[in-house]
Amino acid sequence: MGVIYILIGCSLLLASSFLAAFIWASKSGQYEDDYTPSVRILFDDETKPNDQ
Amino acid sequence: MTEITEPQMEMKPKQDLGVDTFYYDNSIVRMFLIATTIFGIIGMTVGLLVACQFFWPELNFGIQYTTFGRIRPLHTNAVIFAFVGNGIFSGVYYSLQRLCKARMFSDLLSKIHFWGWQSIILAAAITLPLGFTSGKEYAELEWPIDIAIALIWVVFGINMIGTILKRRERHLYVAIWFYIATFVTVALLHIVNSMELPISLFKSYSVYAGVQDALVQWWYGHNAVAFFLTTPYLGLMYYFIPKASNRPIYSYRLSIIHFWALIFIYIWAGPHHLLYNALPDWAQSLGVVFSIMLIAPSWGGMLNGLLTLRGAWDRVREDPVLKFMVVAVTCYGMATFEGPMLSLKNFNAVAHFTDWIVAHVHVGGLGWNGFMTFAMLYYLIPQMYGTKLYSKKLANAHFWIGTMGIIFYALPMYWAGFAQSLMWKQFTPEGTLVYSNFLETVTQILPMYMLRAFGGFLYLAGVFVMVYNLIKTANAGSFIPNIKAQAAPLVKAYKPDPSEHWHRRIFEWRPINLMIWSLVMVIIGGVVEIIPTFLVSSNVPTITSVKPYTPLELHGRDIYVREGCYTCHSQMIRPFRSETARYGEYAKAGEFVYDHPFQWGSKRTGPDLLRIGNKYPNSWHYFHMLEPTSMSPGSIMPPYPWLYEQEWAKDMTPNKINAMQTLGVPYAEGFAEESVADAENQALSIVVDLASQGIEVKSDKEIIALIAYLQRMGTDISKIDGLAAKN
Repeated sequence: MGVIYILIGCSLLLASSFLAAFIWASKSGQYEDDYTPSVRILFDDETKPNDQ
Repeated sequence: MTEITEPQMEMKPKQDLGVDTFYYDNSIVRMFLIATTIFGIIGMTVGLLVACQFFWPELNFGIQYTTFGRIRPLHTNAVIFAFVGNGIFSGVYYSLQRLCKARMFSDLLSKIHFWGWQSIILAAAITLPLGFTSGKEYAELEWPIDIAIALIWVVFGINMIGTILKRRERHLYVAIWFYIATFVTVALLHIVNSMELPISLFKSYSVYAGVQDALVQWWYGHNAVAFFLTTPYLGLMYYFIPKASNRPIYSYRLSIIHFWALIFIYIWAGPHHLLYNALPDWAQSLGVVFSIMLIAPSWGGMLNGLLTLRGAWDRVREDPVLKFMVVAVTCYGMATFEGPMLSLKNFNAVAHFTDWIVAHVHVGGLGWNGFMTFAMLYYLIPQMYGTKLYSKKLANAHFWIGTMGIIFYALPMYWAGFAQSLMWKQFTPEGTLVYSNFLETVTQILPMYMLRAFGGFLYLAGVFVMVYNLIKTANAGSFIPNIKAQAAPLVKAYKPDPSEHWHRRIFEWRPINLMIWSLVMVIIGGVVEIIPTFLVSSNVPTITSVKPYTPLELHGRDIYVREGCYTCHSQMIRPFRSETARYGEYAKAGEFVYDHPFQWGSKRTGPDLLRIGNKYPNSWHYFHMLEPTSMSPGSIMPPYPWLYEQEWAKDMTPNKINAMQTLGVPYAEGFAEESVADAENQALSIVVDLASQGIEVKSDKEIIALIAYLQRMGTDISKIDGLAAKN
């Protein structure tokens, strides 16, 4: 069961690195434009069928 | 905001604007849509047939090729890889081109992908009824087909990544993230789980044995659900719900969190298929914890889909496409709530091996995948034929017939699963099993099986209504194989602005990096669970009395695998009083070390077979396999008369022994040469025993080998002192 301490250590390390990455990512503003992409896909670049 | 490409469609192309004119490939989408529909009908029809065999076993028509154990894998493979698979490809080929503002990378690769995939399905439809199977659920196809799947999957990947690389829109929309994760993870799962040692063109042995094989298989099996039935369809959800409702997704930010959390957590959940089985406890616990955590990303995704329609519920009332989508996403929500609940050990103790699980997967399959596919078909066919849907009324009729189908399917199965499980576990005040005859618990739920088949029939009937509607729609319009589009090209030498965050550059703008990071995310869970199970010997304590199978037993085991016995019988006695009282000593990890592949099973339509060895005389098995009702009146097991005509493959014996030796089974050096004689001797001893009961049978018939295997199963452990089987 000694392995449990290694496992706990690994999971804490993994979890804290994810948390750090997340905090850093949101603080540095990469989520500032998380709206445009969702709207952009609504526009079609296709010509109307009868234009063909 | 500078990234937005202004819609250029109303403008005449001018050179100085630098606008590219190009064509989206609609024909490949149509080809995949047609394949989706055809294989949907075939897969569901086979499903209806196997559903009816539960109460009319005669519906196998008395022939081996249509017997439950062989066509149940045909049903699952057809609906998962043919129906949903082609559905994924339709949706991806349609949406990817438009999201990337580019035609598919290569028309040739598109065609190779299409025809390659359909050939694989054809090969599956031929080989599975013939009994060529690796015996691992949802991965039954034999090794040549496995290789073909890997190659065609890579073709799909190249075509997809190539399209992304030549895109005219810098930002990768979240749907594409899901497609990329699907591609890498399915490739990883398929390759790792399909590691097998061929002994002939259509027979191979899994390189893993017992506990390890089980863990790898359910790591695969669970993530086939996750990355074949879920992530690609989530990608489709993120594209088609906004398009069909003409509204942006509720929260793009949530979709990003949804993506990373989902792919990271999902991969750990596989062991929840093996709770209370002979899998190390720590692996079971990991599976449970991550399964519970899965509620968060799953429901985040579901709510993101549903809330997209906030303020547009009036349109849901009008538009059949949105109706199908709403029920699909709702079913996804129900299934992904139920899944974590079923992963709790106390729930699982009741639900595992019962029809509850069958109900659970069909809420996901019929509701989420089926309805999302229908929504896509109703949306795309009018679009690509430049017309309107022929009849909204018929589409609404389909919607209600299909919904009723799901309800008539799921509710009886929940009831059946719960009822049967409680019957298995019920004791009299004196401490004996109330329903000691397993068959009583089966006949009790036969009416539920009938209702389920009716539900399946309704669902299939709805599909025919859809086909009629779509054909009428197609006839009213004219198909546009290549549709013209215009967009500005990306500036070639793109220099990222240093003020922009690295995450944008790495994760969102560079598909290859996104792919690699997705792979890293999904590998973590698999590595943590699988590697210690292989390397740490204390995970599978060896039992000295457990010996390799004799050559004849090995033949019998291969027949057991071929006939798909594992589709109805488990070989896994859980450490519950109700199970040890019914079946005998609970299963130990060390008992399965020579099982390539493992045959623990996941459903008990019939009783567990782990301790069947020496329970009945040879003659019982002889008569039972010939006509199950002669030994167990009322049994719904089909007869297996062909085992009394066909001969076990004597000349393959040395090959089989050699293969097992290669896989580490400790047969004596040079045993392969003696193996034929060994098998013949054992067969003769069974024939002599049967003759003493007045049964005349030749020693080379398959039934003899099968009896040898059944009589051996689970008996080694009784040779340990003080562990004598309790029954």
